[in-house]
Amino acid sequence: MLGLNNKDLRLFIIVICLTVFAPFILNPFPETSELAQFNAGYPDLMQRFIIFGIFAIGFNILFGLTGYLSFGHAAFLGVGSYAAIWMMKLLTLNVIPAILMSIVFAGLFAVVVGYISLRRSGIYFSILTLAFAQMSYALAYSVLTPITGGETGLQIKATDTPLLSNLAEGEIGRANLFGLDMRSSFELELGNWLFTFNAGYYIAVVFMLIAFYLSIRLFRSPFGMMLRAVKSNQQRMNYTGLNSKPYTLAAFVISGMYAGLAGGLMVAMDTQVGPERMFWTASGEVVLMSILGGAGTLIGPVLGAGMIKYMENIISKINDNILHKWFEFMPDGIEDFLVTIIHPFIGKGWHLTLGLLFMAVIIFLPGGLVELGQRIGRLFRRGGSKDTAAQSTPAE
Amino acid sequence: MGILEVKGVNKRFGGLQALGDVNLSVSENSVHAIIGPNGAGKSTLLNCLVGKLIPDTGSVMFDGQSVLGQTPYQINQMGISRVFQTPEIFGDLSVMENMMIPCLAKRDGSFELNAWPSVNSQKDIIEHAEQVLEDMNMAEKRDMHASSLSRGDKRRLEIGMCLAQEPRLLLLDEPTAGMARADTNNTIDLLKEIKDQRDITIAIIEHDMHVVFSLAERITVLAQGTPLVEDTPDNIKGHPKVREAYLGEAQV
Ligand SMILES: Nc1ncnc2c1ncn2[C@@H]1O[C@H](COP(=O)(O)OP(=O)(O)OP(=O)(O)O)[C@@H](O)[C@H]1O
Ligand SMILES: [Mg+2]
Repeated sequence: MLGLNNKDLRLFIIVICLTVFAPFILNPFPETSELAQFNAGYPDLMQRFIIFGIFAIGFNILFGLTGYLSFGHAAFLGVGSYAAIWMMKLLTLNVIPAILMSIVFAGLFAVVVGYISLRRSGIYFSILTLAFAQMSYALAYSVLTPITGGETGLQIKATDTPLLSNLAEGEIGRANLFGLDMRSSFELELGNWLFTFNAGYYIAVVFMLIAFYLSIRLFRSPFGMMLRAVKSNQQRMNYTGLNSKPYTLAAFVISGMYAGLAGGLMVAMDTQVGPERMFWTASGEVVLMSILGGAGTLIGPVLGAGMIKYMENIISKINDNILHKWFEFMPDGIEDFLVTIIHPFIGKGWHLTLGLLFMAVIIFLPGGLVELGQRIGRLFRRGGSKDTAAQSTPAE
Repeated sequence: MGILEVKGVNKRFGGLQALGDVNLSVSENSVHAIIGPNGAGKSTLLNCLVGKLIPDTGSVMFDGQSVLGQTPYQINQMGISRVFQTPEIFGDLSVMENMMIPCLAKRDGSFELNAWPSVNSQKDIIEHAEQVLEDMNMAEKRDMHASSLSRGDKRRLEIGMCLAQEPRLLLLDEPTAGMARADTNNTIDLLKEIKDQRDITIAIIEHDMHVVFSLAERITVLAQGTPLVEDTPDNIKGHPKVREAYLGEAQV
């Protein structure tokens, strides 16, 4: 069905279910409980899971398949965002043209950056992409201020009167989809639980599912096989009558367009953009997401993106007071001791937790979270049937 | 006129004259061996044929067309396939995938943005790849990781990948170097079989005289970058110049 084999179809259906029911799944704890702290089912964070998921899926097409490690993908995220907000300022507050333009502009920029950077491989390629991204960041900050708004960035203001949207005098426009406000939400209260279904989130989900579906098709296509050939042995490729350059450039541009889509969606959800979106740490983050989840696998980068965004938003909010409440039931001495031990890992220390987790994954699970899943799966299967353990297929 | 015509090729590396005025003619559907002591310039010559190196002077014509200035993939698409001294295969991919890539290169050319249909839906490619695997006696290794093959099998796979493209000229650089006797004999048999079954020209660089004399119809002896003689195997065996330059040295 859908042109996918059974395994991929199952994965796709699982992803559909997880994203559609995320408001329930991510809010397992009642509002009144101590553990509500760990609920991630609020629109802002769920949107970020989806958007960074798209970013990572696209990055993985380049890095996971061809092995070319771009260290400047945030530049495409930024270009997508700027393109989107200008569409909203000038043409219409409907998000569709904005998102399409973000893909187009990021793609065009990726052609230029890719064409130049791909003259080199390995570390030199990474450095070239990094240089491009930092250059874009610096330009957005300074020389390009008329287009980028410089340090303050761009927002939708009362003075913006998009051509196709009829706004009242002085009204601040809001991003919408054919009139449906991106910020509108439907809240469902069940007992002590509160679930929020947000319009923007579900629109992002639709884009993410399309992006994910296209990436599955690409992975399984002859083109995807050629990209893996690029990673494996370019010498053999060239002596087999294949020109590896356009293959790599195509992968680069496609992944740049994914990043542009993510940037456009960010603006659609929250109508503002600043140059820090292109800062090198943002480029580094997507590298971490891919590796943490499992580079070269279909679902890995999405898991990595979710993991990092969850820690960034949830672990970072835990503070000593909350810890004291959790360990209240213990004798005072032990309570203080535990809080002291855990203190460096929470709040602003979430980077430390992430760093340790990342190291553990690199050392013990080079295949990322996907490998963890496969190992657990194999453990269970060994109990039942014994035959399938040995042959693992590449690229889940 | 041969299918491959090399005329007056010179190649210098700094002060070293690696190739000096090389003339070589390989006639269609023959097996032509190039032998010579270490450092004679055999690999350098081969690299000049496939676009890895560009000769300083001279011409290289394949089937009436110049290959000079063409990139390796363009030369390959003209019909020249090359087997490396150490097998170059796609180690991270399965044996079947390794075989499908040259089949795709043959069908779709050097680049095709074919990202929508799945590989499994390309029935003609699968059939073609399976056929070549069958010919190579590797059908049962279809799903193995290519990097886990034995050295002999890697060589076999690489030769198969070249044949899948149905080249008109197959170049082999010491295909049996570092192989055990049994693997060497297997490779000889394989190459004989290939020669018998299709219209193909083979040029082979080899140190192993056993291989050379079992396969070659003509032999060129290269010494210090210059061809000494070119003749049939029988005449080469007794040639005094060859003994002096090559076989004599080999006995030391
Ligand atoms: N890229 C290079 N740069 C500098 N010198 C080179 C280069 N390639 C080859 N040479 C030199 O050119 C000469 C010919 O080398 P070549 O590899 O062609 O010899 P060969 O006949 O293939 O030897 P072997 O039997 O050892 O493979 C050698 O002296 C070698 O050191
Ligand atoms: Mg050599």
